[in-house]
Amino acid sequence: MFPNFPIWPVRAATSASNLDALFIFLLLVTGTVTIMIFILVTLFALRYRHTIVEKPTPILGSLALETTWSLVPFGIFLIFFVWGAVLYFQERTAPPDSMEIYVVAKQWMWKLQHADGQREINELHVPVDRNVKLIMTSQDVIHSFFVPAFRLKQDVLPGRYTTLWFHAIRPGTYHLFCAEYCGTQHSGMIGSIVVMNPAAYEAWLSGGGGEGSLASTGQKLFQQLGCGSCHRSDTQGRGPNLVGVFGKPVLLEDGRTVVADENYVRESILNPGAKIVAGFKNIMPSFQGVVNEEQLLSLIAYVKSLQGSQQAEPVSNRPAVPNTSAQPRVK
Amino acid sequence: MATASAITAEREHYLNADYGFRSWLLTTDHKRIALLYLISITFFFFIGGFFALLIRLELLTPQGDLVQADTYNKLFSMHGQVMIFFFLIPAVPAVLGNFLVPMMIGAKDLAFPRINLLSWYLFIIGGGLMLYTILTGGVDTGWTFYVPLSTAYLGTHVVLAAVSIFIAGFSSILTGLNFIVTIHRMRAPGMTWGRMPLFLWSNYATSIIQVLGTPVLAISLSLVGLERMFHLGVFNPQLGGDPLLFQHLFWFYSHPAVYIMILPGMGVVSEIIPCFSRKRVFGYEFVALASIGIAVLGFLVWAHHMFVAGISLYSAMVFSFFSYLVAVPSAIKVFNWTATMYKGKIYYSTPMLYAMGFIGLFTMGGMTGLFLASLGVDVHVTDTYFIVAHFHYIMVGGMVMAYLAGMHFWWPKISGRMYPEAWGKLAALTIFIGFNLTFFPQFVLGWTGMPRRYHAYTPEFQVLNVLSTAGSTVLAVGYLLPMVYFLWSLRYGKEAGDNPWGAAGLEWKTASPPPTYNFEETPVVTWEAYNYDDLPKEVPVVG
Amino acid sequence: MSDSSEALATHELRHHFENMEQQRGASSMGMWVFLVTEIMFFGGMFMAYLAYRYEYFVAWQEGSQHMNFWIGTVNTAVLICSSLTMVLAVLAIQQGRRRLTSVMLAVTICFAMAFMVLKGMEYHEHWLAHEFPGSAFHFAGIDPRHVEMFFVLYFVMTGFHALHVLIGIGLVSTMLYMNERGHFSADYHNPIENTGLYWHFVDLIWIYLYPLLYLIGHHHVS
Repeated sequence: MFPNFPIWPVRAATSASNLDALFIFLLLVTGTVTIMIFILVTLFALRYRHTIVEKPTPILGSLALETTWSLVPFGIFLIFFVWGAVLYFQERTAPPDSMEIYVVAKQWMWKLQHADGQREINELHVPVDRNVKLIMTSQDVIHSFFVPAFRLKQDVLPGRYTTLWFHAIRPGTYHLFCAEYCGTQHSGMIGSIVVMNPAAYEAWLSGGGGEGSLASTGQKLFQQLGCGSCHRSDTQGRGPNLVGVFGKPVLLEDGRTVVADENYVRESILNPGAKIVAGFKNIMPSFQGVVNEEQLLSLIAYVKSLQGSQQAEPVSNRPAVPNTSAQPRVK
Repeated sequence: MATASAITAEREHYLNADYGFRSWLLTTDHKRIALLYLISITFFFFIGGFFALLIRLELLTPQGDLVQADTYNKLFSMHGQVMIFFFLIPAVPAVLGNFLVPMMIGAKDLAFPRINLLSWYLFIIGGGLMLYTILTGGVDTGWTFYVPLSTAYLGTHVVLAAVSIFIAGFSSILTGLNFIVTIHRMRAPGMTWGRMPLFLWSNYATSIIQVLGTPVLAISLSLVGLERMFHLGVFNPQLGGDPLLFQHLFWFYSHPAVYIMILPGMGVVSEIIPCFSRKRVFGYEFVALASIGIAVLGFLVWAHHMFVAGISLYSAMVFSFFSYLVAVPSAIKVFNWTATMYKGKIYYSTPMLYAMGFIGLFTMGGMTGLFLASLGVDVHVTDTYFIVAHFHYIMVGGMVMAYLAGMHFWWPKISGRMYPEAWGKLAALTIFIGFNLTFFPQFVLGWTGMPRRYHAYTPEFQVLNVLSTAGSTVLAVGYLLPMVYFLWSLRYGKEAGDNPWGAAGLEWKTASPPPTYNFEETPVVTWEAYNYDDLPKEVPVVG
Repeated sequence: MSDSSEALATHELRHHFENMEQQRGASSMGMWVFLVTEIMFFGGMFMAYLAYRYEYFVAWQEGSQHMNFWIGTVNTAVLICSSLTMVLAVLAIQQGRRRLTSVMLAVTICFAMAFMVLKGMEYHEHWLAHEFPGSAFHFAGIDPRHVEMFFVLYFVMTGFHALHVLIGIGLVSTMLYMNERGHFSADYHNPIENTGLYWHFVDLIWIYLYPLLYLIGHHHVS
């Protein structure tokens, strides 16, 4: 509205419009009740002031009133709760067709990496009207990715990946703020989200990123580090076959089953002994200190790309046994 | 006002029973200990307030041009730590509670007077360490000490600050322990639970939280200290730890802590409103049980501080639900106080003005809590100025005003003097205006996206920041006024009688100031609390 | 309690209490409330332990295998015996048998000191085996990072426990001293009872620590 006196943040994504509806509802309801209380207190203070009242009227209480003003507010609260929970659930469930972009936060900047190789610092270019999912981690302390125009925020943690997805509806440039105190330049860790029309976005894409896609960077690293010597794409390897493994359940040596998501892949590279795949030995060396966060992301992108053309079922990772039937057994 | 009267010198009471440093520093009289606390927490209030002014001054302009970034980070960290641990947590319990709990139940002292003195010394030691931390470079962890920032990335006196708060925490635990045992075991004959003033119910609920919650803070800070000193990996992901574990442990205490801070204030308001409406509290049982309800439910909501921290969807929903549940007893109290005023005989004394202000501002703060409990909204406003405004409405607009209400209400009992009423009203008004001007713009700032803990901000937020800073100067003046006139009243204030307000409660049945042993004879209680039907219809000292 | 023996003890009545019964009730309740705070303090540690155990069970098993089973078991027996002698001390003073009370308190202290000595030997052993967390830690087996976490929790939990044992030794010694000076009798011995409560609590914490730290031996699934 007024450039120097904003009273409402701009709405640039579907999540913003959704939230604003709830916010306005909350404002109306709580505003009304608050004004009512203010009016009652003022009214009683004036109407019953000591100079005009001879004697106060003793009233001990009223069970009916107590019940009413306990249950009615609680009923209204339930509406706030359900509505807010639904929004939260939607905000945290990225549509499967989302375009993925990787984010590494560090003191005190944002490093963004597009799947096709574009790298950005403190600025993120995205197309309008597409689902975009950010996969984020921190190199050091906890940060938080906050875009007021989208009404979205997600803490970015060291040691794991967190995600945030959005669907921008309005081209423009919007603030990106770090919203978790992270040290000296916390307030300097700001940037922009640049939402572009499809044509402009295509033009921007073709402008840079000469290193090739993230997955191809990962593939080079995979070979360079010798991963392929154990993780072969047949059943002869000393390590599990990685083709088609991403996103599927994995049976572990200790009987648990986990899903091979970004966090699992990252942990398997840095601390392989923590989760050993059933049927394999604990012989994989740790790459902690050998690969940094961006390299980890490129390896993850590579593993994701190994979808394999044939199976609809998960690949068995048991070595030297040609039988590829069945989902992993769940105890 | 009247000239200094010689009357208080003729009769022996707790202030003149003994003179000299030793009689104060080695006292076991709960009333003297309350005054020791009063001086200490007032000192810390002004330190914390000074930091706040510097923060607001910096935020007049978008650029970080008053202090360096690191200094600013220290300012808001220490403002929070000092205000929370060395002012708000002890304020009403350790000052008004210590003074009044034994008197309100008709006892001669708390159950453990020496432990009471010990708790003050622990407070002083903790406070001394905090002062030392401040003077030797400060700490910039935020009051929340999040890891791994505080354990592995900061070079300031993190361990020292943690130790100072750890020690102050034990002060809090001992106060709570003392109150619980006192209320259970030392009530005067005839003083059943159902006849206790609501101030006691509130302090009892507060004590339960202090006793159950503070030890978890102690272990959280211990683990942070150990991790930092020995490079352990308890919370550090690089060494196998989980930073979220710290947040769970920290907030398990720190959420109930906010109820430690507000419940005593609610207790004060529950005493003042009936007195200046000249009638019983509406729904006494509901208000009493609401205090207990807040204490219990307050332990079940901690992860609403972590909705965007990376917790699971389902646990977030559980915590959101319980957060709405805990709002219900607070709402009940507000409705009951309002209903108490209905068909009363209202007096606009200074305590009553503060109490009415409390109802308004606490309601606003509480309503914004409803916004925060809603998961979708919280995602947008958490870690912004919306949160800052929310908790300041409750802590400052609510709690500090309740504290001032209590100080004005019981000042005659504590000192034997009346404060100057016109100045009291002026200060109350100044504080109310200054407060709203300071903090209401911050709701808008937060909603429009200004993050908290920002040394510099983007230019569009300036106008609201300037308004907020302007308000803070008014607020500061408002807080200075009582300092001056309370001190003034010690010498020149009109002499108060035993019961200038015509208030119900055992504390008003003894002299002002009270004798060291509180009552000449142990009272025997045969009446219900707030027996305003049997008390004069008028307030003797009309304000 | 007869009136005359009540009168014997009234010199111990603190001025703010109405009578000895109120004083006794208040002081016991005070100790119970204090023990609740201790439960919460240790509770935080137990929560951290449980959270990591759930996540890194294999490492927890590994770590537990490296505990000194025998010292742990002997220490458990030592503490349980010390609780027995503490109970006997309280029983003795309730019967007014001052000499026996002193003997029992002294034996309790001996057991407690034995616990501390054994614990010290155990810690030393871990130190020599590079199992002390921090820069000196070195573990050759699987998942060393999380085995180190196990040891962090081991040292923090048993360390705070040992601190409480030390405080307990101080308290019991004080009771012994006061008993020898004739402070206690069949009618007045609340401090000894309260010390007993504290001591049993410290023992109880150990009874939880022992299986959680020393007995995670066996796979439930292979």
